[in-house]
Parts: sequence; structure tokens; C-alpha cells
Amino acid sequence: MDAGAGNSEGRRKVRLATASLAGCFGCHMSFLDIDERLFALLERVDFDRSPLTDIKHCGSCDIGLIEGGICNAENVHVLREFRSHCKVLIAVGACAVNGGLPAQRNHLDLGQCLQEIYLTAPDIVGGQIPNDPELPLPLDKVHPIHEIVRIDYFIPGCPPSGDAIWKFLSDLLDGRTPRLGHPMLHFD
Amino acid sequence: MNPPSILLDGLPVPFVNGQTIMDAAMAAEIFIPHLCHHPEFKPQGSCKLCTVKANGRYVSACTLPARDGMEVENNTPDLNDKRRTLLQMLFVEGNHFCPSCEKSGNCMLQALAYELEMLSPHFDPFYPNRPVDASHPEVLLDFNRCILCELCVRASRDVDGKSVFSLSGRGITKHLIVNAESGRLADTDFSWADKAAHVCPVGVILKKRTGFAVPIGKRRYDVEPIGMQVERLAARSAGEEG
Repeated sequence: MDAGAGNSEGRRKVRLATASLAGCFGCHMSFLDIDERLFALLERVDFDRSPLTDIKHCGSCDIGLIEGGICNAENVHVLREFRSHCKVLIAVGACAVNGGLPAQRNHLDLGQCLQEIYLTAPDIVGGQIPNDPELPLPLDKVHPIHEIVRIDYFIPGCPPSGDAIWKFLSDLLDGRTPRLGHPMLHFD
Repeated sequence: MNPPSILLDGLPVPFVNGQTIMDAAMAAEIFIPHLCHHPEFKPQGSCKLCTVKANGRYVSACTLPARDGMEVENNTPDLNDKRRTLLQMLFVEGNHFCPSCEKSGNCMLQALAYELEMLSPHFDPFYPNRPVDASHPEVLLDFNRCILCELCVRASRDVDGKSVFSLSGRGITKHLIVNAESGRLADTDFSWADKAAHVCPVGVILKKRTGFAVPIGKRRYDVEPIGMQVERLAARSAGEEG
């Protein structure tokens, strides 16, 4: 982080964007678990696109945090927007890293899944498979984000702890190689 | 005369004739990553995680007998890079969804991934379709997590005398099978008392109805990294998993 490195005043703040794709927002909740360290973070970063700011499109950013995998066409567009606007793109959490829970449908047929959920499940009367044109089309399989774009760093965990996210971000902001040791590196 | 010794990462490690590099390292409480090795079973050298460089050549530490004066590289960036790649291949070939696995925290595959700082699977996951076998009254088989270490095969054949498990197929189609006409565990004489029920280093062979007795975060490798548990790994015996 060249321009934003260090603590000296007057330097440009680091721009940070976050998004949740096929995830549960658990990683964003974990991000908020850094608690009062958010204030320290806010002295050094400005939030761009993020559920925290409600900005809808990503401007030019230094760091992008992506939670969740890729399960539909919109996820692909958002991920590509992040990649083209973020100098450093970080996969946060199990779903972004390896598909996670949504990818557990990958051995099932998508059409049969939709049929069973919306048409043939017990207690469904007059059901129909959602087909509003505004709904993004689901993909046949769920993919980890490194299959779509180049990813610079990975923070595994379901979710990674607030401490792990803080350690990673503060390492990065301070110009150190981000590193998660035991017990912050975990997959569950 | 001094006892014979190898030079392991520059450190003299004594051994007695007949010991492998792995045996000598474990006796000296030096960690060499491994998955298919178990001190109670004849080594087979299939997982390749224990690959070391002995006198300049890549070899499996669990199968190569130690020789006096042998220079062995173990904990080097080059070897750990290769081991990490092997782990990544094992992760993408199966379905290793740790958050839903009862073995998480007690799993050697996961513990090694932590030890070698595997942060991503790197390769594209295969997401194979491997149905579980829940037919047995006591034991669940989740083939999604099998890494083909053959410890259950060896235990069932060599200790239990039942030959319940085997590997079938070749190359990428190789998979674990159950020795019954139906292919179901319920149609074998397998029991939870068998040695084979307690040797799986990952989460394939699980006891039913005992899940999450120890919460995630407080399990064996959550508490202490696997690299610090050499003494326990060396002393593994019947009745102790992982």
C-alpha cells in the first residue's frame, strides 16, 4: 500500500470496498467484530462500495474484500467490477475461498433443485419457479472466486474471526506480509 | 563408537538400524508432515506429504531406511511448497467442507493445511459426487473426505482380519469401496470396536450420534498445532483416532 502506508498525517487514506456475493454476511459481521478497532481503521481508510456505506458501485480502490462465492450472473459482474477497480483483492471466508456452503449443491442438478423447492415440495400450492427478469440467473455450479478473477490474498474461515481480519488488514496497511498463525488460521 | 545418525536439517539425529527417516525423526520429536503414515502400521509411502530430500534426492521419509551420515532436508521452503501443493490437490479432489465436518479440529489433513499455511485451494475444485453410506447402525461413512491413505484398508486387513475396505479403480477414478456385494457397510461384519474404525486421519469413518461432544475451537489441533504434537503422533495406538 504505497501511498497509504504509514501513519503520517496528510497522506491519502486507503480506499476500501467490500461486497458479499454468495455468502451469508457472516464475514461482514465478523468484520464488525473488530469492534472499537473500527475507529482506528477509519483513521486510515475510507469506505467505498460496501454494505456499510450503501454505495452501489465500486470506484477506484486500494483494497477490496470479497465475501461469498459465485452462484449467479450478478456475482460474476460484481466480482469483475471489484477486480478492475481494486489494486488488492482479498477473498474473505470459506465461500469465497472454496465455494463453502452454497457449493454443497454442486453435485445436484440445478433444475431439479428449483423444481423441488418451488414446485414439488410438500405444502406448496400453485408454486412457480421465480422468473422475474430482475433476478440474476443462477449458475449451474457454485464457484470459488479465484476461478473467475485473480485473487491476491485469502483469509479462510467460516467466518474468519474479527481478530484474523484485523491482523490481516493491519499487516497489509503497515506494509507487512499479511500472515495468520495458529489459532487465527482455521477453516471452520 | 558413536551410534549411527542422520543429519536432519543440519541436526544430528541418532537412529537404530532398521529405522526409517520418519522413525528417527519422530523419536527425536522432530516433525515431518505425514498423512498415510501411522507408527503401528507398515509404511506405504503413498501420500507423499513426508517427502524429504535425502542426499539430494526426493524420497518418502516414512519408507526410506536411515543410513549413517545421510543428509536430510525436511523443513525447507522448497519442500513445504511442494507439500502445500499436495495438500491443495487433496482438498480439491474431494469435498472438504470443514465447517460441516465433525472431524474439523481433529483432522490431520486440516491440521497440516494450518501447519503449512495453506490459505487457498489454488486449483479448481472437482466437487465430486460421492454419496455417504449411512447404512451401518453405528458408523457413518462419508467418502467425500477420503484421501486414499489406506489406513482403514490396512487396519481392517492386517489387524481386524476382516478386509472390510479396499481401494478400487486407478488414477483419478481410484476410490474407497466396502467389501460387500451390496457395497454397503451394513452388509459387512464391521464394528465400532474394530481397529479400522479408529485410524481415519480425516472425517470418513465417524461414529453416529456422538457429534460435537467437544465444541469446534477446543479440539486437538485447535489447541496446539500438529507440528508441536510429535510425541503424541509417535505414540498413537489402537483406540485413538487421528
